[in-house]
Amino acid sequence: MNYFWAFVVGGGICVIGQLLIDLTGLTPARILTGYVVAGVILSAVGWYAPLAEFAGCGATVPLLGFGHLLAKGVRTAIEEEGAIGILTGGLTAAAAGITTSLVCGVVCSWVGKSHDQN
Amino acid sequence: MKMSAEEYGRRVRRVGPPSPLGRDCLWAFGVGGGICLLGEVLRGWYLTMGLDKELAGTLTSCTLVALSALLTTLGLYQKLAAKAGAGTLVPITGFANAVVSAAIEFKTEGRVLGTGAKMFIIAGPVIVYGTLAAVLYGSVYWLLQ
Repeated sequence: MNYFWAFVVGGGICVIGQLLIDLTGLTPARILTGYVVAGVILSAVGWYAPLAEFAGCGATVPLLGFGHLLAKGVRTAIEEEGAIGILTGGLTAAAAGITTSLVCGVVCSWVGKSHDQN
Repeated sequence: MKMSAEEYGRRVRRVGPPSPLGRDCLWAFGVGGGICLLGEVLRGWYLTMGLDKELAGTLTSCTLVALSALLTTLGLYQKLAAKAGAGTLVPITGFANAVVSAAIEFKTEGRVLGTGAKMFIIAGPVIVYGTLAAVLYGSVYWLLQ
């Protein structure tokens, strides 16, 4: 059942993104940015944690989950360390994903050749 | 031949390609859902290996990012993205693809201002506004605590 809901919820979140692309002409960069900010807001009002509990990676793998991770990190850090958590919590929680992306980017640029984007 | 607007519309719909919106959404759903499903399978493996929930989630993201980087370097992720649209953009693999493809694409402009700078062309705004939103939320959360 876990796998089923991960697929359906994750797919559904992607369909919303597709509708935004097709119907509003938003660029990919704006969609990704919007998704992360929306994830922070949804997590802040307390809606995203139950969804992540319910759908697992269906909620955490889309970029909304990245926003949720930032918000959750800030929340935890404030509870443990006080006000400094406002500044440290977000990127600390997101560090693994961002660092992996950056390291992969540089390593792949050594070996990769430019491909036709289409 | 004369025909009414409705008749013309009916004929165009019959001979034209199927609605691109419906097809796009189906692709986005299938591929985006599939990537999330793959994540859930990976997370299940990490959990059965005895890792705690938080670490399993983190490792799942890192694995997906690395896989996406590999497929991007081979030029396969872009091929999938041409069909799947938001299905490949919205998951964390799309974020990794944006970083890695820019890093490769712009290496001709140099290691520093090419690869180093341009890999943030999409990742930059995502991190900037995500962090900003988190700091605003954190400030409110701290004040209301």
